[in-house]
Amino acid sequence: MAAACGRLLPRSAAPGVLGLAAARPDRFFSSSGYRVSSDGKPAKFQPPPKPVIISKQKQREERRFLSPEFIPPRGRKDPLKFFIERKDMIQRRKVFNIPEFYVGSILAVTTADPFANDKINRFVGICIQRGGKGLGATFVLRNVIEDQGVEICYELYNPRIQAIEVLKLEKRLDENLMYLRDALPEYSTVDVNMKPVAHLEHEEIPVNTLQVRMKPKPWSKRWERPQYNIKGIKFELPEETMRKAQKWSQPWLEFDMLREYDTSKIEEKIWKEVNEELKK
Amino acid sequence: MRRGWRGCVPFGGQVSRIQMALLNRRLGLSLSHLSSAVIQRLFSTTGTSRAIQKLTRVRVVDNSSLGNTPYHRPPKCIHVYNKTGVGKVGDKILLAIKGEKKKALIVGHKMPGPPMTPRFDSNNVVLIEDNGNPVGTRIKTPIPYILRQREGEFSKVLAIARSFV
Repeated sequence: MAAACGRLLPRSAAPGVLGLAAARPDRFFSSSGYRVSSDGKPAKFQPPPKPVIISKQKQREERRFLSPEFIPPRGRKDPLKFFIERKDMIQRRKVFNIPEFYVGSILAVTTADPFANDKINRFVGICIQRGGKGLGATFVLRNVIEDQGVEICYELYNPRIQAIEVLKLEKRLDENLMYLRDALPEYSTVDVNMKPVAHLEHEEIPVNTLQVRMKPKPWSKRWERPQYNIKGIKFELPEETMRKAQKWSQPWLEFDMLREYDTSKIEEKIWKEVNEELKK
Repeated sequence: MRRGWRGCVPFGGQVSRIQMALLNRRLGLSLSHLSSAVIQRLFSTTGTSRAIQKLTRVRVVDNSSLGNTPYHRPPKCIHVYNKTGVGKVGDKILLAIKGEKKKALIVGHKMPGPPMTPRFDSNNVVLIEDNGNPVGTRIKTPIPYILRQREGEFSKVLAIARSFV
């Protein structure tokens, strides 16, 4: 290849194409005039390789999202219980759309409240935690209204919920954002009249690598300790404190085989089951 | 389970700094302009494991003069008018404010309640007279909708509330 390139250069300034055409199929320029074979005669015409079209539907299928409450916890319970629960969850999802969201996304939830004006109560907030399995799955939304931090724990499958809108779909560096309680209130404030941010279906979920600044200590939990493994805080603590916090690290935990719970095969099975049921 | 204070330090020493830190924490103001080295908390503050009970420090959220004038001691609960000594949203309590006793109504606490109900970042309370009339004229902080259930008792408090959650 280098030799061919070397021979091409004195002839013209165009790059050597013989080897490159196969390697870069998206370069669609005809350079048949520049191609020279090793004996100096004009080379046989080689048609360009077929362009690979990645259909959006295929990408959508490839990006599978299974809501975490479908995955059964590790234990000795009869799988029949989880199967029946999943049937009920799918039944509810057929009637009411529960969108895909992650911890760190901004949601707006409207619930039916007998004591509210017009019997409807709308709350906008950032999702800080998703907990529970099966029909009791919950998510906690946090917002700061009139300088007062408010958190509401909603049940996903509660029939009182009228609508769940995802205003901004994004992920954060951590699975649990409980540290926002001890962070400066600007990081928990979400505009109540926020317009939904458009998110294209086939795109990857954006990860917000925001590092949050905290109020001075004491905090509700010692977030600098390695058991919480928090990446989303900008610790402005002295190095001495950070070093002392590592005393509580348990480096053997990641190698503990009894704690391993590989959910990939279970997820595949449940994904197929859920999809089939939803299509019916 | 740990309850109460780890060590009781009298409010004597660094009074102004602690009071300011408390106020700032309660009001949620950022202390970014003060380095963490300056503010030293000389006492331990345990997070609430129960809602409002005796000796709980509370935050008065209406615009009454009694609740908003600064004093060297925070308002504390001294009695809960309840069969159990634990006060939740909608319970009446007795408060010790500025050396006097005053009744108050709990409008929000730090303890998580039943699902679909709000949990506040501070223990909020509205000052009330013996007959149930509120002392202040406006409540800026959001009030939970669940108080509307007892509209008869709290109608006047709900009337001065500005926003609900």
